[in-house]
Amino acid sequence: MTQTRYSRSRSSDTEKENTGGGGGAAMRVIVPLQGVVQGRGGLVLGSIIPCALFYFLQFYLKRHRNDLDDQNNSNSPGQNSTTGSASSGKLAELPALTRNLSRGLPSPRSPRGPVSVSGRVSGIVKGADSPYYVGLRRVKEDPYDELSNPNGIIQLGLAENKLSLDLVKHWLAENAEQVILRNGKELSISRIATYLPFDGLMEFKVAVAGFMSQVTAKAVSFDPSQVVLTAGATPAIEILSFCLADVGNAFLVPTPCYPGYDRDVKWRTGVEIIHVPCRSADDFNLSIAALDQAFNQAKKRGLKVRGIIISNPSNPVGNLLSRDTLYSLLDFAREKNIHIVSNEILAGSTHGNEEFVSIAEIMDLDDVDRKRVHLVYGLSKDLSLPGFRVGVIYSHNEEVLAAAKKLTRFSTISSPTQCLLISMLSDAKFVQTFITINRERLQRTYALFVAGLKKLGIKCIKSSGGFYCWADMSGLIRSYSEKGELELWDKLLNIAKVNVTPGSCCHCIEPGWFRFCFATLTEKDIPIVIDRIQKVSETCKLN
Amino acid sequence: MAIEIEQPRVGLSKVAVSKTHGEDSPYFAGWKAYDENPYHETSNQSGVIQMGLAENQVSFDLLEKYLEEHSEASSWGKGAPGFRENALFQDYHGLKSFRQAMANFMEQIRGGRAKFDPDRIVLTAGATAANELLTFILADPGDALLIPTPYYPGFDRDLRWRTGVNIVPILCDSSNNFQITPEAMEAAYQSAESMNLKVRGILITNPSNPLGATIQRSVLELILDFAVNKNIHLVSDEIYSGSTFSSSEFISIAEILETRGYKDAERVHIVYSLSKDLGLPGFRVGTIYSYNDQVVTTARRMSSFTLISSQTQHLLACMLSNKEFSENYIKTNRERLSKRYDMIIKGLKKAGIECLKGNAGLFCWMNLSPLLEKPTRESELALWKVILNEVKLNISPGSSCHCSEPGWFRVCFANMSEQTLEIALERIHKFMEQRKRN
Repeated sequence: MTQTRYSRSRSSDTEKENTGGGGGAAMRVIVPLQGVVQGRGGLVLGSIIPCALFYFLQFYLKRHRNDLDDQNNSNSPGQNSTTGSASSGKLAELPALTRNLSRGLPSPRSPRGPVSVSGRVSGIVKGADSPYYVGLRRVKEDPYDELSNPNGIIQLGLAENKLSLDLVKHWLAENAEQVILRNGKELSISRIATYLPFDGLMEFKVAVAGFMSQVTAKAVSFDPSQVVLTAGATPAIEILSFCLADVGNAFLVPTPCYPGYDRDVKWRTGVEIIHVPCRSADDFNLSIAALDQAFNQAKKRGLKVRGIIISNPSNPVGNLLSRDTLYSLLDFAREKNIHIVSNEILAGSTHGNEEFVSIAEIMDLDDVDRKRVHLVYGLSKDLSLPGFRVGVIYSHNEEVLAAAKKLTRFSTISSPTQCLLISMLSDAKFVQTFITINRERLQRTYALFVAGLKKLGIKCIKSSGGFYCWADMSGLIRSYSEKGELELWDKLLNIAKVNVTPGSCCHCIEPGWFRFCFATLTEKDIPIVIDRIQKVSETCKLN
Repeated sequence: MAIEIEQPRVGLSKVAVSKTHGEDSPYFAGWKAYDENPYHETSNQSGVIQMGLAENQVSFDLLEKYLEEHSEASSWGKGAPGFRENALFQDYHGLKSFRQAMANFMEQIRGGRAKFDPDRIVLTAGATAANELLTFILADPGDALLIPTPYYPGFDRDLRWRTGVNIVPILCDSSNNFQITPEAMEAAYQSAESMNLKVRGILITNPSNPLGATIQRSVLELILDFAVNKNIHLVSDEIYSGSTFSSSEFISIAEILETRGYKDAERVHIVYSLSKDLGLPGFRVGTIYSYNDQVVTTARRMSSFTLISSQTQHLLACMLSNKEFSENYIKTNRERLSKRYDMIIKGLKKAGIECLKGNAGLFCWMNLSPLLEKPTRESELALWKVILNEVKLNISPGSSCHCSEPGWFRVCFANMSEQTLEIALERIHKFMEQRKRN
């Protein structure tokens, strides 16, 4: 076992030198062995041993090839921003990763090679070179600034909402210090310093449940005792993956989807994702028939499906799931006896005229299936506070809650942040004002941006929520393929100097779709962005 | 009357239903007893005194004084400049200013005898997350980590539950004050091999929990040599490094590496946290410091599951980069812990109880083996129950720390006022007197 692991790190070096490297290495082992063996009873041993070695070699190569395939398939660890950055001097970043491994080989320090790390490390090697990450890195190196860097790259690839931060900032400027430490009394740190329940202070759960209720326009009343708080929605998704599925099981995920699911659902859990493509002909709406087909195909392959993960409003398209679809989904889940995880992290960022229906509303009516539905929420999008790390798991399933609660010890929200937000979220007037104004601003910016793209002949899927325009730029790509799409992405990044997310990062099955986040833009920025895109779209049209 | 239709129960994973979270052990059961009947100085004087929680409450006033005088730390200052960037900051590299402050703080604790590079610091929401993360990175499911006994009961959960990794104990005993020996390490390694478990690393806690003692330089050298020899990782959990009673007595693995010119450093990883030294477990601040580039990069990405609130990073960056504050804090905290330790040792001695000679931490390692009916785990648990239910003290039995010798108990002394500690000592005294009479 030790030898195989060592060889695995070795082989990536051999692989680089020559693709037939495996055979060469084998001969180097077998020939001298044959010589030794032919001394006594040589003919028999001399043929058996090399055969055995070859058999093991092929077996090992086959396994290694599978590992490479895994690396190719697993996509970027989504939402978090850059690698690169100021630390580049000291540390070997990704391109140097394989250099480390090869460097270890002849090293006099460790004659048996570098100390090995787990298989999980290789899972992220490919991810860092995905367009998603490359784009983020480039923006960090050359960020647009109206005054100081007007030729810099404009960020449209990060789902941040800067439109209403001023409202939060204003509230904080008036209230923060009082709230965190004094709470109207003597300054005392013991309230927040000591060990607190890992799944969040009850006061904070109450405040968050209240906020979630306001976000759904009071259509749902959330019970704080069914709230589990986590340091962001990212661990919320991972914790649910750990709780609902075993290693080797799978979740059905409609695509295009949030790029981060590859990391959140699969990385450490050993759980698989089965993509269920939605089509532009359906406006990328969820199709139960497609889910059914995917489920059956999985079954044939011996993959056990444990649940479906949906996003509502969806990322990247911005669709809302209708009441009917939610009911159909529930029927489907019931029929297959699987779970539903509904990621509603953008519920408060709806901006269209469509009604948003939370799956929790359906749960309130349907007693029987409560145990199979779990909601994920967070404050990163709706309250523009991704840095504060606040995520929610909401479920009626007591067993899931019990397990999830225990797992929050690895992803607990910092107490001063809980205290601060208890006050903020309990300020009902502030919350109502914020939600209303934020929605108006999103609507306005969305309308302007979509209109701007339309002028360039670029159509978007009608979106009712979220920070994104899901735009069809297939008319501008040279070859109707992922390659063509990435060429356009590259042009947009390097010539137009805008960072957008290509549909392939979201596992979109149709090439040419791009995700633009408009919530990082002011009204002034929009014409500038459209202008820049025009530069590229004109040249593409000419080709 | 409605007909009840039995619905097939939708299943959960093995991880969800497993008992590896270990929360059914006495270590946690004692806390329940405390929760149901907690001691209070005025309102519940006959309640259970919590001596099973390693929390540091002796230096809160120093923290409060700083925050009182530096409101910009907790509110971004007048008009909240910098708030916007802070609120949006979710970069898993962590705030540079905070990493710098942590690196400086770690250097100060080690008396400047080791240098820390802020770019090798990975931030996690607590040391619990740091330890689990490292395990995910250094070992695959089914592999093993070697850990000297007795060890922190939480490791069973933190290192094994989701990772699927096994713990193989390195047995230490009182014959040499529970020090780690090369023979014990080798025996553990062989034991793992005989169970067909691939050993990926050795994890030490220095200063030790529950022993309350630092590891000697010579022993650290032997441990590092062992790791090099077996080509495995070495994780040094140094979360009590700032809680040594005297600055010079703590030797960090970082110092050993420095004297060796950082040869073999790529297998060494240090875990640190502010939960013990700064008494801020609620803030959830942990770090991984690794000399291995690949581990740093991976850990950073994996830390997405366990980021520290940017608000907290900002607050602590302000506080810890204030040299005057941090130097004074470290010094004063040490003195106060030392004083508490002396107080409890004297008190226990008066009651006829001996402890392992300690020099660090928030607890002492008490020897009650003379009181056991039989030198067995059952006798130890029976004694523990008596102490919990009759003496009304929640202390941690050695068996929950996987101690191979029955009769040892971990007793925390820093999570209460001096008055409460007096009361606890009185109760112990009374208990011992009663025993003598019987």
